[in-house]
Amino acid sequence: MSREKDSGVSRRTLLKAGAGLAGGTVLPMTFPAFSFAADEPPIGTWPEGSKGSSVTVSIAVPRTGTYASAGEDELKGWQLAVEHMNSGHPLMKKFSPKTTKGVLGKEVKIVVADSGAKPNTAVQAHQRAITENKAVLLTGSTSSAVAVATNKLAQREHVLYVSGISGSNDTTGKDCVRYGFRQNYYGQTAAAAIGPVLLKKFGKNRKAAFMTPDYTYGHTVTKSSGDYLKEHGGWTVVTDQVSPLGTQDFSQYLTNIANSGAEFLLNVNWGRDAVLSTQQAKQFGIIPKMTLVIPYQTPFLAKEAGAELTAGVYAATDFWWTLDDKYPLAKMFVEAFVKKYGYHPEWGAENAYVSFAHWSHMVHEAGTFYPPAVIKTYEKGETIPSLVGDVHYRPQDHQCVRPVVIVRGKAPKAMKNKEDFWEVLEVVPGAPLMQKPDAFGCHLGDYT
Amino acid sequence: MINWGNFISQCFNGLVLGALLALISSGLTIIYGTLGVLNLAHGAMFMLGGYAGWVAYTYSGSFIVGVAAGSLFVMLVGIVVERLIIRNFYGRPHEDQLLVTFGLGIVFVEAVRFFFGSLSKMTPPPSSLVGIMNLGFMFYPTYRIALLGIVAVALIALFVVLYRTRIGMIVRAGIEDAVMVDSLGIDVYKIFMLVFGIGAMAAGFAGIVNAPVVAIAPDVGEGILVQTFVVVVIGGVGSFPGAVLGGLIAGEIISITSMFDPAYSYVMLFAAMVIVLVVRPYGLLGTKGRE
Repeated sequence: MSREKDSGVSRRTLLKAGAGLAGGTVLPMTFPAFSFAADEPPIGTWPEGSKGSSVTVSIAVPRTGTYASAGEDELKGWQLAVEHMNSGHPLMKKFSPKTTKGVLGKEVKIVVADSGAKPNTAVQAHQRAITENKAVLLTGSTSSAVAVATNKLAQREHVLYVSGISGSNDTTGKDCVRYGFRQNYYGQTAAAAIGPVLLKKFGKNRKAAFMTPDYTYGHTVTKSSGDYLKEHGGWTVVTDQVSPLGTQDFSQYLTNIANSGAEFLLNVNWGRDAVLSTQQAKQFGIIPKMTLVIPYQTPFLAKEAGAELTAGVYAATDFWWTLDDKYPLAKMFVEAFVKKYGYHPEWGAENAYVSFAHWSHMVHEAGTFYPPAVIKTYEKGETIPSLVGDVHYRPQDHQCVRPVVIVRGKAPKAMKNKEDFWEVLEVVPGAPLMQKPDAFGCHLGDYT
Repeated sequence: MINWGNFISQCFNGLVLGALLALISSGLTIIYGTLGVLNLAHGAMFMLGGYAGWVAYTYSGSFIVGVAAGSLFVMLVGIVVERLIIRNFYGRPHEDQLLVTFGLGIVFVEAVRFFFGSLSKMTPPPSSLVGIMNLGFMFYPTYRIALLGIVAVALIALFVVLYRTRIGMIVRAGIEDAVMVDSLGIDVYKIFMLVFGIGAMAAGFAGIVNAPVVAIAPDVGEGILVQTFVVVVIGGVGSFPGAVLGGLIAGEIISITSMFDPAYSYVMLFAAMVIVLVVRPYGLLGTKGRE
């Protein structure tokens, strides 16, 4: 009987065990995606969606209808981000330093559907992408109604969703989900940022009329803005004209406003509704008789309505391209965007690009596409870059804590080029603008 | 905002709103009444008129040229579409007609989006009609007041063509009994082509005269289409006076309801349609038995 046999362990077995142990120690560092296999049972489109050499992102964005122009701008932002991810562009590396080419070495592909800003259409498109393409990420909205509906889908299907433009408090408030994240500003932070500017400029005890689109975005932005001005400045909301999304003739609403005695018109309408209602307010003589304020800026408003109309108008926004003189990343982004698309990006494109870059960062940090791991990486609240300085995501409601930009419309003669519509007055830090995480009733739900 | 001043203001605004709806609806009802074709491309034709007029205005600088170009272009489109497509669907079920006109509408909208993009385009009114007029009870945009007159003239012109000319007599006879008109030796197909062209022109004309009020975009006809269908149902399918009455009623309902609660403006419009359908299924001025 040999000694080996006595011990019960052969030399070959010992070598195998040693190699196995060494492999077990090294592999988690090299291929972390496989290291938690036992703890990471299949969920959503994982691991099917990331098994191959590429991963798919589903984009449902309005390319027709009231929000089409903003939707096209957003789409360009996502397309640029994907191009930068796949090529390992220096700007993407600023957000996601571990990016080489693709995300975790996998090429990112997109499937794009026209949502028309309709929740049902968007959800059907995403569902198709989940089933047919095993999409690992959903994005798009440009309407909070779509964002809320996609939130629910993401939670049900266990697929991550980073919203496109969504201004409703509800998106990361009462309709928040574990699988949903929002980068951009929203009703509460817009109101808290522009409110002090209005009170400082125009004083207390003034009368305001609101124009509100009849869905979650409109109602929450109007409420946040109205509440702020009432509580802090004693302003009175003399009328709130609620109109359906896609209204073309606002004359009946403007007639009420003209007879309301208001001094300020706070137009919460968005997309083409904002353009039409603003133009028609001018036709009715309401502007400049009343001072126009845009609590939640819509991309291309000044371009479509005309700089004469937006001159002197105060607005809150996520980004304006002239911030490129203050923020190096903004400069890189604006240059890359202008080079590719031939115009200066609006904030839809900025939000799209940054939200994708943040996702890339989180996946690389997690080292896996496994959704709960990526979610937990977001929830660490790590400080990460944006185009307007450092930001972080709140673990309690998945809202990005980020600055709000206050702008004022330039008069045509003050414009340095044909897209120089707004002057940046202030970049208001995000943290003081935020409500308490549970103030809007957010309960995130489960990871699995 | 409920007071007499606002009530009078909203009544007047409803009149202007209703006049435009009447004009667009008249085109739809003439086509349906004569040809039996429910033209779901009518909203797209409204949009085409706006764009054709905008292009003509951009090159000529004349609003009048824009209006003429917008109207005639859409009339031409209507004639071509009738000759090449719609004519093949007269004998086919309504479902087929709905599908083909719906498809045509999509083609028109996407073609315009392809060439002009999604950003809206503004056609300014003639310089003499820019500004605001003091009506005593309210300030009102001068162009919108002029629009009331423009639409009234257009409707009167349509009325004269339909009720005071031989062609109009044939058209009206065609509305009642196309087979009988055909058997009298009249080439109804030529008349049908003309009717489709006139109906389309009414939409195109409305599209360009409305362009200074509502900036045009590829989807501008979508919302209008729904409202015009409601107007036609209220007024009576195939009835020209019904379209005018229905338009005015719709305008007043939308406007006056908004005084009480703007969120219910369109709810009340649809409620009115339901009431008319229950009480008088063929519409206020429609003829019983007409489809």
